[in-house]
Amino acid sequence: MIKVILIFNHHGKPWLSKFYQPYSEDTQQQTIRETFHLVSKRDENVCNFLEGGLLIGGSDNKLIYRHYATLYFVFWVDSSESELGILDLIQVFVETLDKCFENVCELDLIFHVDEAGLGSPAHAVSAVKNMNLPENPRNINIGDISIKVPNLPSFK
Amino acid sequence: MGCWRRSPFPGWRVRLPDGEHLLDIVQVPLPDYTPPALTVAPGKPSSTRSKAKYISQCIDEIKQELKQDNIAVKANAVCKLTYLQMLGYDISWAAFNIIEVMSASKFTFKRIGYLAASQCFHEGTDVIMLTTNQIRKDLSSPSQYDTGVALTGLSCFVTPDLARDLANDIMTLMSHTKPYIRKKAVLIMYKVFLKYPESLRPAFPRLKEKLEDPDPGVQSAAVNVICELARRNPKNYLSLAPLFFKLMTSSTNNWVLIKIIKLFGALTPLEPRLGKKLIEPLTNLIHSTSAMSLLYECVNTVIAVLISLSSGMPNHSASIQLCVQKLRILIEDSDQNLKYLGLLAMSKILRTHPKSVQAHKDLVLQCLDDKDESIRLRALDLLYGMVSKKNLMEIVKKLMTHVDKAEGTTYRDELLTKIIDICSQSNYQHITNFEWYISILVELTRLEGTRHGHLIAAQMLDVAIRVKAIRRFAVSQMSALLDSAHLVASSTQRSGICEVLYAAAWICGEFSEHLQEPQQALEAMLRPKVTTLPGHIQAVYVQNVVKLYAAILQQKEQAADAQVAQEVTQLLVERLPQFVQSADLEAQERASCILQLVKHVQKLQARDVPVAEEVSALFAGELNPVAPKAQKKVPVPEGLDLDAWINEPLSDSESEDEKPKAIFHDEEPRHAKQRPPEADEQELARRREARKQEQANNPFYIKSSPSPQKRYQDAPGVDHIPVVQIDLSVPLKVPGMPMSDQYVKLEEERRHRQRLEKDKRKRKKRERERRGARRHTSLHTESDEDITPAQRVDIVTEEMPENALPSDEDDKDPNDPYRALDIDLDKPLADSEKLPVQKHRDAETSKSPERQDVTVVEKKSKKPKRKEKKHKEKEREKKKKEAEKSADLDFWLSTTPPTATPAPEEPGVNAAVTAPKEEPRGEEQDAGEDAEQDLEKKPSEQKKKKHKKDKGERSKDKKKPKKRAPPREGEAEPVQNGALCEEPLPPMSSYSLLAENSYIKMTYDVQGSLQKDSRVTVSVVLENQSSSFLRNMELNVLDSLNARLARPDGSSVHDAVPVPFQLPPGISNEAQFVFTIQSIVTAQKLKGTLSFIAKNDEGSTHEKLDFKLHFTCTSYLVTTPCYSDAFAKLLESGDLSMSSVKVDGISMSFQNLLAKICFHHHFSVVERVDSCASMYSRSIQGHHVCLLVKKGEKSVSVDGKCSDSTLLSNVLEEMKETLAKC
Repeated sequence: MIKVILIFNHHGKPWLSKFYQPYSEDTQQQTIRETFHLVSKRDENVCNFLEGGLLIGGSDNKLIYRHYATLYFVFWVDSSESELGILDLIQVFVETLDKCFENVCELDLIFHVDEAGLGSPAHAVSAVKNMNLPENPRNINIGDISIKVPNLPSFK
Repeated sequence: MGCWRRSPFPGWRVRLPDGEHLLDIVQVPLPDYTPPALTVAPGKPSSTRSKAKYISQCIDEIKQELKQDNIAVKANAVCKLTYLQMLGYDISWAAFNIIEVMSASKFTFKRIGYLAASQCFHEGTDVIMLTTNQIRKDLSSPSQYDTGVALTGLSCFVTPDLARDLANDIMTLMSHTKPYIRKKAVLIMYKVFLKYPESLRPAFPRLKEKLEDPDPGVQSAAVNVICELARRNPKNYLSLAPLFFKLMTSSTNNWVLIKIIKLFGALTPLEPRLGKKLIEPLTNLIHSTSAMSLLYECVNTVIAVLISLSSGMPNHSASIQLCVQKLRILIEDSDQNLKYLGLLAMSKILRTHPKSVQAHKDLVLQCLDDKDESIRLRALDLLYGMVSKKNLMEIVKKLMTHVDKAEGTTYRDELLTKIIDICSQSNYQHITNFEWYISILVELTRLEGTRHGHLIAAQMLDVAIRVKAIRRFAVSQMSALLDSAHLVASSTQRSGICEVLYAAAWICGEFSEHLQEPQQALEAMLRPKVTTLPGHIQAVYVQNVVKLYAAILQQKEQAADAQVAQEVTQLLVERLPQFVQSADLEAQERASCILQLVKHVQKLQARDVPVAEEVSALFAGELNPVAPKAQKKVPVPEGLDLDAWINEPLSDSESEDEKPKAIFHDEEPRHAKQRPPEADEQELARRREARKQEQANNPFYIKSSPSPQKRYQDAPGVDHIPVVQIDLSVPLKVPGMPMSDQYVKLEEERRHRQRLEKDKRKRKKRERERRGARRHTSLHTESDEDITPAQRVDIVTEEMPENALPSDEDDKDPNDPYRALDIDLDKPLADSEKLPVQKHRDAETSKSPERQDVTVVEKKSKKPKRKEKKHKEKEREKKKKEAEKSADLDFWLSTTPPTATPAPEEPGVNAAVTAPKEEPRGEEQDAGEDAEQDLEKKPSEQKKKKHKKDKGERSKDKKKPKKRAPPREGEAEPVQNGALCEEPLPPMSSYSLLAENSYIKMTYDVQGSLQKDSRVTVSVVLENQSSSFLRNMELNVLDSLNARLARPDGSSVHDAVPVPFQLPPGISNEAQFVFTIQSIVTAQKLKGTLSFIAKNDEGSTHEKLDFKLHFTCTSYLVTTPCYSDAFAKLLESGDLSMSSVKVDGISMSFQNLLAKICFHHHFSVVERVDSCASMYSRSIQGHHVCLLVKKGEKSVSVDGKCSDSTLLSNVLEEMKETLAKC
């Protein structure tokens, strides 16, 4: 299961935070800070997994992140998730954001706070999983695109 | 691949390295941006202070906005609050406003409300209970997005109460027509299960059904949920293995595959046979897939399988080789992620097949030098299993250099624990030279700022206690440690390393007889600086000072050196008071006790009384290590009630006395762990003696495992330390700090010599034997076993009570939330296990009282009543199924793919073929059950929708009676299949003539209902054709064995049933009668009579009308919608008998034809393709009837399949008649 999804920028400013278990605001901020601390000091060419999840949940948890432009996309997941799968998921997530907002950049997340906000963890997974991205690099076979975000513009 | 189509800002540059990363570098530093929704006040916050001010301003403004009535303003305010929440501000005060926005009718607002709720609501939010009805409303909203957003939000803040109240609604949504909703509903069920475990069993069949949903998203959601459930309680999900196996061999969705394969990894430890079945398809996947993620998970699961198969498989070494090979490729990859994962998986293989991994030592050692800490840590893990007697020293040496180089305490601490783990694993199995190990430990004490001082200390103690041969060396090292100033100094810096002094002091004291310079050690322990050490260490110091003192006394008295002995006593008397003033109570108490003792000794010494004997008697005997869980594992003897009072408690006043104890209690646990039991010396000594006696007399007392190596140590006592074969080339007393490196060199030399000797011996032996040819090759292949340890190592095993129970139950955490979900899912559902259904009435449907009644009956009583009735019969049936099911699994598992012909493709195919062949038995029943549940729900849904339509149509299409009789119990709406009415249909009526005379005309229709099995309702329309007034109408039927009229309670079988109305001239009305049917497979006729009194102007006459009620087989069918997937599954099951009819000369359009079949024979269309349609219906007794209707040029052929052949042929005959009229 995905425990936490965070998106923050180079300065550790969060643009999206989703905790799938209730934590107090202070714990959340602490987590964001520490995650930023862990992630930001890593080089570009090291692996995208970090252990030592004392922050959330315990040792079963892993931090999986990707770094795009000024943004870090960080997922805290437990051992039931496939590490490479989550990396792909982040990729797909970003691509989805890119598709929805045309050229995802930091500003999109800011403009569309309510739309980028994710629901349940599993939901997020399936939402993205089911987007049809034929040109996906790892050739993941995914269903139809009729989910969530693409439908939203009609409600504006 | 996505790329920038336009750059929002000039100067943004995007790099796409490896064609893989989307966006990489943005050059322009972004302004501290606030979303437009938040642009409340002008000006950008610059400092923290003004930021706080700015935020509080914002919040004030938001509060103002929330007070307004305009929902748009409110929603905007809540949106801002959500943003503030992300920045760490508490917004729970606005919970009520959030609920207001949630209940907005406009979706855009609703979404904002739910988002805010999902961010800040939790179980403690008190207003959350107000949301129940709102959420329920949204869940049943016609807009799928309302439903979706409600589901999404609910998943984040579901509470046990919400879960209980909404479980049923969500379960209904799992069968929603939109996959978008189904998917979400399936996912949220997981959260519901967690909060309301009782819902798991009722919901599980449907969840299982979703595994085969036509929509890949729903399917993947179901897989996800079940995987998550199964991960926590795998044994309950073993029965799903065949289904998952099928999915695994058929699915092409990598996401789903990964999940399933991971799930199998969790299941295989429970069922090794499953593993055997998995190996082949997994191996195929490993060979065929190009997706790294899938490959990796396959390898992982194969590893899990191999672990679960202890050694039963002859050819599993090939699989291991394959895994290791693939992992090596991963590790050698330039992608750090793959490298990391490769190492991770490798460490799993290591546990069971260390040999295969050891071949790749080079790779692992190389990874130790990686710049990435995560990878180094993983490589460290691997080292654990790579060590052998041969290479331990070398590896540890390498690690020690890393320790020196490492920056950052985390990694260094990790290294430290790893070194200790590696060395101490399986009872120091790989250590050949304990002097070396002690010196390593001593070297580790030089680490600044490590948290693991206590670990090192524990190792020192353990080794010193358990390896008797090393004590002399250990003591010399420890006394050097005691002397070293840096450790004591470090205590002021709150560093953990001073913990080693605890061990050092204890070892020096306990084994003081080995000390060369006891006085020196004594002085070191009495230095004033010692008082800066933590209390528990001081306490140990005090205690061991006395031990040393006793040793010195003895030594000096033997040497008749009274002078020195008295000096030592004097030293103690002078220095002990510093401990008496210690802040630590334990140290204080011991110090004052001992001070008195020493003063007493001083007096005796002054009188020249020999005291050494008595003082050392305090510490006579030997301490043995006891296993940590030893006490727990002693079974309670029979007849011993530990809860019973031994002495009745005196009175309440005693409870006050206990309070002071609690003060010490807090302190206790911390010491208890580290300190060997040293309560009261004399008492202890006495007990020790007693114990020794007892042990000596107890023939069952096993001091250590009777390995040949350890056998000689039976005689108790310190004096009986076995003769140690110490290599003389190792200097016993290394001056100052020993460098462990020396040992490495020495050890090599030693081994070399040993080898030479051995060879020599062997050669001699061989010469003597003169049979050289056979065994001679092991000259240079030095194996682990060949290396003999430097010391005759005598590892005292930890003591365990002889009747200890080999259980590890104490490892389970009773607070594990997943424990509640440990539920047996195969047991049949009990009556009590139903999801609570909404009880109150729906205001919208209560237009007319009769309607409402109907809906309420349908809604509420349908499921429970039916269940209750059926339950008893079903229970037996289900138990049978139960047995079958588990037998099925066994059978499925036992059909291992043929191993003899390992053609690469064949096994996979074979497995895929065998699986479905075996499944249907279990599955079909499941399908039946599932369909049953489905069907119970769907009619009501459909009916609701259709009511409006039907109403309109009925008046047009049917000659419907104008006034309706009040409904009787169990009345079912005649359901039409409205789905087909695209083109105008000829008027149809299901009512047929029953009997007619000059007074009255009777038409009737028979309808079954799923609510009441084996019951049908006959609606009789009575039309007064005369000018008389008809009253006192009574209907009587001659019951047959098979069909009986349900009469009011208390009436006999021959009584007539009164018709509850009278008929004025020209008026018609409908009366309903319920019949109980035994067997429904054949049609039948019942004779009956309607008697009434016809009254006109001339008077009244008693009239009778005879009729024959015709119960066709069709009338036992109930229109039941069926989804094409369920339909396909049903047909697949193959348990249905088949029959067909063909009717020629049909001119009617296919559309109308189908409508006719639907209308008259109570079928529903499952799927229609051109002039071919599949149809489904269900009998009141649960027979499935499936039809395939095909229209040719002028003919129609109907193929039918049904669980009962007689029923089918009768239905088809009836259908033929209908069709012939077309």
